[in-house]
Amino acid sequence: MALQISRTIADAILQQSRDEYPDECCGVVLGPIGSDKAERLKPMVNAAHSPTFYEFDPKDLLALYREADDNDEELVVIYHSHTETEAHPSRTDIAYAGEPGAHYVLVSTREEIAPATEFRSFRIVDGVVTEEPVTFI
Amino acid sequence: MSIEVRIPTILRPYTKDQKSVEASGSTLATVITDLDSQYAGLGERLLENGALRRFINIYINDEDVRFLGGLDAQVKDGDSITILPAVAGG
Repeated sequence: MALQISRTIADAILQQSRDEYPDECCGVVLGPIGSDKAERLKPMVNAAHSPTFYEFDPKDLLALYREADDNDEELVVIYHSHTETEAHPSRTDIAYAGEPGAHYVLVSTREEIAPATEFRSFRIVDGVVTEEPVTFI
Repeated sequence: MSIEVRIPTILRPYTKDQKSVEASGSTLATVITDLDSQYAGLGERLLENGALRRFINIYINDEDVRFLGGLDAQVKDGDSITILPAVAGG
């Protein structure tokens, strides 16, 4: 298991995390169903507007799944930023992880590594977190 | 009464991997009771202490059930219910 993602998309996610600091940023990268290709970046609004929590607005969430369905796409990557801690899933991230097939990408804007460069990917299935290598293509 | 219920990936182990199932009922509560009788354990993934779980979103057609009366939301033949886990975390 590994994530392959373009440097352009990864940089855009890191830029979004800086732009939305001190709130957490979030979004998805869509790709054709079954392809495991992270192709289409779709930043989402963090409805929680919080430095310690993120949540897609329920209306945006439904629209996102409808759009993915219409395009024969799925959520290949679900990403969000941590503002002051490392780019590793938190207890709440694990508790609410609802897409066992997705790559959960975490980035961090914590000061020690500013400007944000930390970009890591995980699988979260049944409460078990497995980090996976990321290849930038 | 037949209502289509779209099941998210994470709950498909309960529905033998079916993406969409049929249920009946006149309110969301009775639909969930019917779903649980067909697919044991599914109800508990939607409800907690008799209330809708905070991090599960349920829509009747395109409307969030929180704005339709929650478990008392009315459903009718031909309606489509979509269940989606919240995308959220800390």
